[in-house]
Amino acid sequence: MDLRYSDADERFRKELRAWLASEVPKYGPPPARNDWPARRIWDTGWQRRLFEAGYAGINWPKAYGGRGATLTEELLYYEETARARAPYVGMNFVGMRHGGPTLIAEGSELQKQAHLPRILCGEEVWCQGFSEPTAGSDLAALKTAAVRDGDDYLITGHKIWTSFGQTADFCELLVRTNPVAPKHKGISWLIMPMNLPGIEIRPLPTLRGESDFCEMFLESVRVPCENVVGAENDGWRITNVTLRFERGTAWASDIIELTQFLRDMAELAKRTTRDAASAWDDRALRRELGHLAAEADALWALMKWQIGEVQKTGVPGLGGSALKLAFTELQQRTYEFGWRLLGRAGLVREDVGGLPVGEVVETMLNNLSLTIAAGSSQIQRNIVSERILGMPREPR
Amino acid sequence: MNFSLDDDQLALQQGIRSFCEQEFPLDKLAALEPTPVTRGRWRQLAEMGVFSLRLPEASGGVGLGMAEAVLVFQELARRLVPGPLVWSHLTAGMIEGAATGETIVGGIDDTHPTNRPPLLEHAAVLDACVVLRRAGASSAPASALAGSDSATPLDPLTPLRRLTALPLGAQIADAARAAEWRRDGALLTAALQLGIAETTLELAVAYAKKREQFDRPLASFQAVKHLAADMHVRVECARAAVYAAGATCDDPAIGDPERAVSSARVVAGDAALKNARMCIQIYGGMGFVWEMPPHYFLKRALVLEHAFGTTDDHCELVAERVAG
Repeated sequence: MDLRYSDADERFRKELRAWLASEVPKYGPPPARNDWPARRIWDTGWQRRLFEAGYAGINWPKAYGGRGATLTEELLYYEETARARAPYVGMNFVGMRHGGPTLIAEGSELQKQAHLPRILCGEEVWCQGFSEPTAGSDLAALKTAAVRDGDDYLITGHKIWTSFGQTADFCELLVRTNPVAPKHKGISWLIMPMNLPGIEIRPLPTLRGESDFCEMFLESVRVPCENVVGAENDGWRITNVTLRFERGTAWASDIIELTQFLRDMAELAKRTTRDAASAWDDRALRRELGHLAAEADALWALMKWQIGEVQKTGVPGLGGSALKLAFTELQQRTYEFGWRLLGRAGLVREDVGGLPVGEVVETMLNNLSLTIAAGSSQIQRNIVSERILGMPREPR
Repeated sequence: MNFSLDDDQLALQQGIRSFCEQEFPLDKLAALEPTPVTRGRWRQLAEMGVFSLRLPEASGGVGLGMAEAVLVFQELARRLVPGPLVWSHLTAGMIEGAATGETIVGGIDDTHPTNRPPLLEHAAVLDACVVLRRAGASSAPASALAGSDSATPLDPLTPLRRLTALPLGAQIADAARAAEWRRDGALLTAALQLGIAETTLELAVAYAKKREQFDRPLASFQAVKHLAADMHVRVECARAAVYAAGATCDDPAIGDPERAVSSARVVAGDAALKNARMCIQIYGGMGFVWEMPPHYFLKRALVLEHAFGTTDDHCELVAERVAG
């Protein structure tokens, strides 16, 4: 066991920290959340800067423009970018954290060359076309049909929760290519360009009143068969492999940000007056904050532990499910704690009286999606109990 | 960076696990109740290196660090090995005979106001009793431990004596050493709590797989599976935090040892208490029965909640470190 970062790791950290210290302040504030063209420019512009500085795709292969570095350096990258409060991966999320890693693991050489460098430098934005109105937790029940027509598929169906659908260039699309096989065995993973005829996008305002989500209606959309990633009808396996990669380090920056948020809340408590004393003089409040921070510390340790396990076996285990369960619920409780500290100021959604009300309230609301998206907490508990603890499986 | 157990650590873990499984089987817990600690078994623990683990090899120790000590204490708790394990480990090298098990050392952490009147664990078998204060630590002989033994200690394997007075003795450690003992004691307690959290999960899952109701194993009901999944998550978090804190105590370049220890103690303490309670729940009526093991685990977890600072105490310590 060796938890010390190597000298090479520390050099990498130092360089990155210096670069972030000079670049982040220069980059300016983010645009309004519903201004999609401006958000695309802002999110991909930062991705471009990362790329030019050699910090895009830390553990992606060098051949496609990545840094080819270790998982430890990737972890350092998340740690430092969160500490520097650098722009979040934002609209590049699906390409950088999901579609891209899927192509690296399962894509053909042509597919990798066509997409990976463009994702890395911010030229290509991806969206996700997985869920359907009748296929949520039971994702394998998806019905969107891909019917062979010569060298093409004709695709017809209805997707939902298509994040970044308004602005994406490509979609990672799950389709049914074999309607008679058992449901897990007739699914294919497809690269769909978003500029094809027959694609209709409808924004779906969330409980925050914004439209990060879309519905996507597909009517005889013609996609070349060569756009299948991996083998036809092997899409379910591919989806699961890459979901595990996604769950491996996906929360690293969020855990660091959570700890920073708690530090901010401690400062806020010190300057918040309550009953002639500061809120920080309230022992119950300090204990609650300390408890949340202890849990965040444990999750950071768990993240490192899991990376150690991945390095040993080369393949991410199922541990990501435990991490997701613990992190998402901790994130919800932590922002609810922050919201209570704000008092009645938290009844509006914009900053008032020098308090970070907007950030706290918006994040608190957004957190409600964390225990639902990417496999709900209930599905994660099924995964943990069945595949780790060996308890009998649910019907599927 | 490589946060995995190395081969030596795995061998150490396996060695102590085999020893505990053989010497302290869970179906014989009740047999330990009349005399939870005997000199024979104490010397066996010493031979396994439980007390001398962190002493330098030149002083007859094993020369290992906190990263290894937490592995050993996790294993001890998996079989609920009774006795003042943490105190004897902390004072090995400071009190004659503690390392070899010839002297059984217990103690009282008097830095926490919750510990009044002084209740001393395992008083009847102690040769020496350490009193830990912020200013330093002292050691008193067995003759200074007058008081009345509780006929009904909460944990049947942790007898308690209500002392008539805090035992006075010779100073054996200064404030800095006392602070180190409090920190190391809290982490070894967290390791014991981790062992309890882990074992109660294993017991609950094994029981749920075997027990049938409505013609199905209990383990096939989602209501039970999700309880077990939550128990697993608590174990994973506690294990990572405890192991990381051990490594951080050995090498402060990794991080802040005080914060790492308190965080680990908070998370492991919760995991032990919640998992032990949930184990009883999953056992159902059998969980409420004396001859079944779950209640022993819960009762030990309740004792540990008051060892080297409570969960609340450590929450406050973490909060202070966060606020800076």
